[in-house]
Amino acid sequence: MKLRKKIGSANQAVPNQGIGLFGQAVNRRTFLRHSGVTAGGAALATIAAPAMVSKVRAAETSPKADIDTEIKLSVCTHCSVGCGVVAEVQNGVWTGQEPDYDSPINLGAHCAKGASVREHGHGEKRVKYPMKLEGGKWKKVSWDEAINDIGDQMLEIREESGPDSVYWLGSAKFNNEQSYMFRKFAAMWGTNNVDHQARICHSTTVAGVANTWGYGAMTNSYNDMHNSKCMFFIGSNAAEAHPVAMQHILRAKENGSKLIVCDPRYTRTAAHADQFLRLRPGSDVPLIWGMLWHIFENGWEDKEFIQQRVYGMDEIRTEVAKWNPAEVERVSGAPEAEVKLAAQTMAESKPGTIVWCMGGTQHTIGNNNTRAYCVLQLALGNMGVSGGGANIFRGHDNVQGATDFCILSHSLPGYYGLSAGAWKHWSSVWDVDYEWMKTRFDAGSYEEAGGKPVTAMNTKGMPVSRWIDGVLEDRGNIAQKDNIRAMVLWGHAPNSQTRGPEMKEAMEKLDLMVIIDPYPTHSAVLSNRKDGVYILPATTQFETYGSVTASNRSLQWREKVIEPLFESKPDHVIMYKLAKKLGFADEFTKKITVNGEEPLIEDITREFNGGMWTIGYTGQSPERLKAHKEHRNTFNTTTLMAEGGPLDGEYYGLPWPCWGTADMKHPGTPLLYDTSKSVAKGGLNFRARFGVERNGENLLAEGSYSVGAEIEDGYPEFTHESLKSLGWWDDLTDDEKAAAEGKNWKTDKSGGIQRVAIKHGCAPFGNAKARAVVWTFPDPVPVHREPLYTNRRDLVADYPTYEDRKSHYRLPTRYGSIQAEDHSEDFPLIHTSGRLVEYEGGGDESRSNPWLAELQQDMFVEINPADANNVGVEDEQMVWVESPEGGKIKVKAMITPRVGRGVVFTPFHFAGHSEGEDLLDKYPEGTAPYVRGEPANNAFTYGYDSVTQMQESKVTLCKIYAA
Amino acid sequence: MARMKFLCDAERCIECNGCVTACKNEHEVPWGVNRRRVVTMGDGEVGNEKSISVACMHCTDAPCQAVCPVDCFYTTDDGIVLHDKDLCIGCGYCFYACPFGAPQYPKQSAFGARGKMDKCTFCAGGPADDLSEAEYEKYGRNRIAEGKLPLCAEMCSTKALIAGDGDMVSDIYRERITKRGGRPSNWGWDTAYK
Repeated sequence: MKLRKKIGSANQAVPNQGIGLFGQAVNRRTFLRHSGVTAGGAALATIAAPAMVSKVRAAETSPKADIDTEIKLSVCTHCSVGCGVVAEVQNGVWTGQEPDYDSPINLGAHCAKGASVREHGHGEKRVKYPMKLEGGKWKKVSWDEAINDIGDQMLEIREESGPDSVYWLGSAKFNNEQSYMFRKFAAMWGTNNVDHQARICHSTTVAGVANTWGYGAMTNSYNDMHNSKCMFFIGSNAAEAHPVAMQHILRAKENGSKLIVCDPRYTRTAAHADQFLRLRPGSDVPLIWGMLWHIFENGWEDKEFIQQRVYGMDEIRTEVAKWNPAEVERVSGAPEAEVKLAAQTMAESKPGTIVWCMGGTQHTIGNNNTRAYCVLQLALGNMGVSGGGANIFRGHDNVQGATDFCILSHSLPGYYGLSAGAWKHWSSVWDVDYEWMKTRFDAGSYEEAGGKPVTAMNTKGMPVSRWIDGVLEDRGNIAQKDNIRAMVLWGHAPNSQTRGPEMKEAMEKLDLMVIIDPYPTHSAVLSNRKDGVYILPATTQFETYGSVTASNRSLQWREKVIEPLFESKPDHVIMYKLAKKLGFADEFTKKITVNGEEPLIEDITREFNGGMWTIGYTGQSPERLKAHKEHRNTFNTTTLMAEGGPLDGEYYGLPWPCWGTADMKHPGTPLLYDTSKSVAKGGLNFRARFGVERNGENLLAEGSYSVGAEIEDGYPEFTHESLKSLGWWDDLTDDEKAAAEGKNWKTDKSGGIQRVAIKHGCAPFGNAKARAVVWTFPDPVPVHREPLYTNRRDLVADYPTYEDRKSHYRLPTRYGSIQAEDHSEDFPLIHTSGRLVEYEGGGDESRSNPWLAELQQDMFVEINPADANNVGVEDEQMVWVESPEGGKIKVKAMITPRVGRGVVFTPFHFAGHSEGEDLLDKYPEGTAPYVRGEPANNAFTYGYDSVTQMQESKVTLCKIYAA
Repeated sequence: MARMKFLCDAERCIECNGCVTACKNEHEVPWGVNRRRVVTMGDGEVGNEKSISVACMHCTDAPCQAVCPVDCFYTTDDGIVLHDKDLCIGCGYCFYACPFGAPQYPKQSAFGARGKMDKCTFCAGGPADDLSEAEYEKYGRNRIAEGKLPLCAEMCSTKALIAGDGDMVSDIYRERITKRGGRPSNWGWDTAYK
């Protein structure tokens, strides 16, 4: 009997009539798109009492029935998956958001963040006009006044202390064009003190991976994981950090792939794993070597692959031999059976892929971790194959692009470095005189290389992780003329950086602080400054357009969804305004059309196309990228190759390297180092980057080459000389010959050398072995070293950290002197950090979005029930988490077995509180995010990677007590 | 006619809250009212954690409809359970009856702390004219009238949440189960759809 009492004729429960509108055969992708069902039900139009109905919020942002709707295509601005966004715009107002089923990357899907991006069109909590802090009060100023004031002060600092005293902190939130212009801007200002978040996210990956096989990027793609038979995650929580990637991962799992998750926490990703392996934070090398121990012990390694394509595996064997199961368990906590099972699954289920994120990278030995992961894949022969690879999930939407354009203190765009040759190359691309470039820099020399002094122009600048030391350190200890005196925080969340209390101090010591951002960020409220702070409102990426590089190296073109809100301006417009004030606008935009104050985006793309030869950002012209956007429905969702249509055979977003000029129509490289395809069709091999020989051993590939290569063996990178000696020089046109003379594949601006190499089936960068041993790094063979703050004092003697260093990226860097001090008694718990799905990065943008903020209203700390009982703390009680350096945060306790005994976890997205105090009053009016909380990083401590200065934000110590 | 159903595939749900946010976005649902939620069971317990997205299941024989003292509920030809906010008195009886905790109440004066009931409409609006401003204000966007399906399912990050004609939903799900060779865990179906 039915419960329901009324059955009217119009409302009768209709028996299921079967196929109906969904009868025709459609695949899952088109299923949801083509559904057409009209609503039944009686129309009872009456007027509701307003107070009783939950009325929608802002009428001006709601869709209207009688107005034309324009569709704009963009890409989500949160993580690096690169989800397509379909925006409905009416009268310039963003009124609706639809799934982008045509995008081969997300197939319409979004996580909480992606599903919320329309809120950017409301921008309620945004900075609405330029402001300046005066006597502790935020005062509205005009753009002109702000730019003038800022510029005058900068020029004064430049005069007194040199250009290196102004720090340009850029952003992975820039699109490619803005990233490129930002690096160029810093160069023309005359400093290498320029950096961005990649330093504190995947710098150790980029350094480790590029030094292993050539390029520092994700080798395959999210989509390619469909072909994996085993997926090994370590230090990656994709379900929260890259949720849409899980669509591809779970699809692979349903195809029969195994999923192994190694993490100190039982994460949302681990909840879907076949095997969950808990490790002690910071013990990645022991775990990986422990797996490799079983692999070597059982002969599971791919001997042919190693012989042909890997250098130095024997040295690895020697190190791995030390990591017997007992030692692995002693150091990492992972039991033998578990480690062996993971190794065996990897060995028996091929191809297998490895995925890692911040859990592996943010350590003092981050570069060792990333190289150990690479070695595991090399030993198994999982590189350069579909379904295999190192799938390094990047963080921000354009952190791959911003890294490629090197908003980095140690390189010019395209990883050209800072040598004179690199400067000459870029000066010529920018069409400025190299001698003029030199005059922009401090002519002094503060460091030596090979016994010779090096000028500031050729010296690595300070990394973002250490800018606070650039302010606070004694002038005599830093390798530049003077301290940092002015700080430009352009699209940066300071709470994503460790040592919060010292950052506050540094901010207070600065002469000038400039925040350029859509939101005020924690920078606006952290310090007790009363003057000398400016906030300039930047737009989001939905209020401008240009290209963005997803983690898989695909470039996607964003359209402008809406005009800039309030008085905000796109980043490249602000750069132009500043360049004009600082006196180098003409050089800055020499080859670029400027409309009013806006440099033309397409011209910028074309300019970098003409210079980015090293990594193949040369073939992706604006026209090609726009065509990819338009025809994105023609790409296969696994291979990412267009099947038919105008782009037949090309890969979605022309994943770099997309060799040669756009005219060459290279299809992009979907999988790095995949020899099963010709280079012309997206194939590749390992890069010859480290010479041709070492200690009498051949570094070039042996008997392995990409399909169709006319040199059927390893070969070095191509230069004008090698073309001549091979007899291929005459394949160049006369124009190409003129440009290529005296050049190599990286510096030939005609692209001819690349074209001819590829014509003969060869990779422009040569064909070499990957190196398992990076002899240029502090630890050539990756080894384990205990974190600086460790409570395993028994391991310090066996696995000590490095000795303190006098100058590393211009700054003294401490290791041993910190580790020497024993804090284990007073600070018994390991503190680690990570992400939540609702928030992104420092969280100012997402915590200002009510749809997201509502879902995660409190900053918290995860504590294992046993540890909670030890300190007498109950669930949801407020507690203090205090670090050995004195930083402390007051947060809510979440008691959960998710974290193992002895480990606590905090999410790092919160800001706006300081030691229990809400800083609400310090925000400019109407800009405080809905949700504020303690920044986790106030309780994170000193510690930096030995190669890249990555911060250690995954292991420190703490104590917890009731607040 | 199609019989509209929701299905959440617990093997795929990762608790990303994409569905929850899509709903907020599409209907500009105010803070505090959650037409859809993701519930996680065995949170943080190794081997036991499962998440599932829950909203009104648009039951075949809806208990809310059975208990409503003012008969404000009705079922559309597509099997979607809707209600009329002009008739609703905000008594909260439906909340007692619902096995899924779907009915929500804005915290606005009126009767005590409770306003008119609000719940998932399967993106089908309400009794007001299709696509009218009045309909949008009271019930949110009417995607069904636009020939679309609920946005929560359309945007689901892992295609865990599926919405649409019951037969089609079943087909997709059956195909997955067959591929996985596992036991179906289509939570909610036995309770809601008979």
